[in-house]
This record gives sequence, structure tokens and C-alpha cells, in this order.
Amino acid sequence: MRRSSNARVILLVEDNPADARLTKEAFQETGISHRLYVVEDGVEAMSFLQRKGGYADAVRPELILLDLNLPKKDGRQVLLEIKSDESLRRIPVVVLTTSVADHDILRAYESQANAYITKPVDMDRFLEIVNAIDKFWFKLATLPLN
Amino acid sequence: MARNVSAVEILLVEDNPADVRLTIEALKDAKVSNKLHVAVDGVEALSFLRREGEYADTVRPDLILLDLNLPKKDGLVVLSEIKEDESLKHIPVVVLTSSSEEKDILAAYDHHVNAYVTKPMNLNDFLNVVKGLEDFWLSIVRLPLDGD
Repeated sequence: MRRSSNARVILLVEDNPADARLTKEAFQETGISHRLYVVEDGVEAMSFLQRKGGYADAVRPELILLDLNLPKKDGRQVLLEIKSDESLRRIPVVVLTTSVADHDILRAYESQANAYITKPVDMDRFLEIVNAIDKFWFKLATLPLN
Repeated sequence: MARNVSAVEILLVEDNPADVRLTIEALKDAKVSNKLHVAVDGVEALSFLRREGEYADTVRPDLILLDLNLPKKDGLVVLSEIKEDESLKHIPVVVLTSSSEEKDILAAYDHHVNAYVTKPMNLNDFLNVVKGLEDFWLSIVRLPLDGD
């Protein structure tokens, strides 16, 4: 139900290199072309989104996958800043984190996270989750045009 | 990944009886046990959510499926009232509508809809969409636990 056939552009905000790599590989496994950009902390994430510093030419992502526990600027703060920014708030943000704490889940939704998903430890389940993210956001949902 | 042992409570806000019936049927066979509540207009939806009048004893839903073209109070108004209400805004709202108008899509995301899904006309496609919603929101996503 997506209206353009270009590669899906995703920003992954993740400080753990192993998790970032796993996510990349899982998206490759879907067999569909994605452009996955990875930034490793909250400050970089905001620079990327606001096209500051070295990110003047950064593309606007269609979907943001956001870890919560991040260096420099916490993911919870990044989420608040995205969702209170008129030009960024419509980009869907999926929180993808190891935290299963009820207060993190509730607070993320209160801060207008579009969805909250717990990162599994099991590789097969991880692939399943990435597939489900791809299927829901890029095939079933209608995303806002940039 | 829903942790609740109890069924996931879903509020469907939809005035078209055929669509209501199809959604009920599609969710009946869901892997994750769920209970569907139906409100047929925007005023009823908000009364249900705020437990007003006859809705004093209703549960708080874990997920809301919201049509946009509704009698009495428009779906976009319902959405913004939910997302501006401190006690309701954490509930995920998925807009499920036949409208694919750009202004509706943008307005919904601007008002913090959790996801916007276009309702297909074709029966099988419609069932697949409901199945897809179930696969993602009931099996993959962690819904917030009811705070009260």
C-alpha cells in the first residue's frame, strides 16, 4: 500500500555494533532493497534528522528504529525531540530495545512512539521481528509522503 | 509478545456494519486471544474511553482501530482528543480507513496516530489487512500495560 517504489529509507539509532549488524543482515534477508543508515548515539541521530554538521545532505528517513539506551543523548530524549518537532514528528518511530520495563514501555507510548518492540536474544526471532517491521510499515501501512 | 495472560482488548470505531462484521470475523481466529468492542461513532468512542454514562464499567482498550469518516464526531477529532488526553494518549491508535487522501494521512500522523492503514475494497484484501494488523500489533509489538 506504499505509493512509491524507491528503496525504503530507514534510520537505525543503535550503539551496539553487533545489534546494528544483525539488523542490517535481517533487512537484507527480506530480499527487498532497503537503505539503512546507522547512527550510534542520540546526538548523531538528531544531527542526521536535522541535517546538521556532517549530515547536511542526509535523506529524510521513512521510518526510524530507535534504541532507548544510547550514549550522549538518551533514546527517550531523542523520541521526545522528534515528536515535538513540527517537521519530524510525522516520521514513524519504532522503539527497538532490550528494555522490558513497564515504565519504559508506557513512557515511550506517552511520548508518542509509534510502536514498541523488545529486541529478542534469539536470532530467528530477531529475523522474524525485522520481517514483521518491514511487512507492516512498508507493505500494510500508508506512510506520510515526505 | 503480549504479556497479559488475559485477552487483548481492542476498541473498533467503525460505523459501517459490514466492515464491523468482517473485522470481528477476521479477529475471531487470531492466534492471540482478543476481545473486540465496537463504537459506531466518534462520540460513543470517546464516551467508551472516558467511561462516561453507560460505559462506566468498560475496560480500557489496549489498542484502538479507528475509522476516519464517522458520524457525530470525525475520526481525526477523536484521534486528537485521545492523543491530547493524559490518561488515554498512551493507547496505540491505528487508523483504518478507506481514505487514501494525502491530507488525511498527514493530519493523522501529525496528530500522533500510531499507524495509518488504508482499508481495501476487496473482501480478501480486507481480511489480509486485519490479519496483518493482528500479526504486528498483537504478536510483535509490546502494548502498554493498562496503567489503572
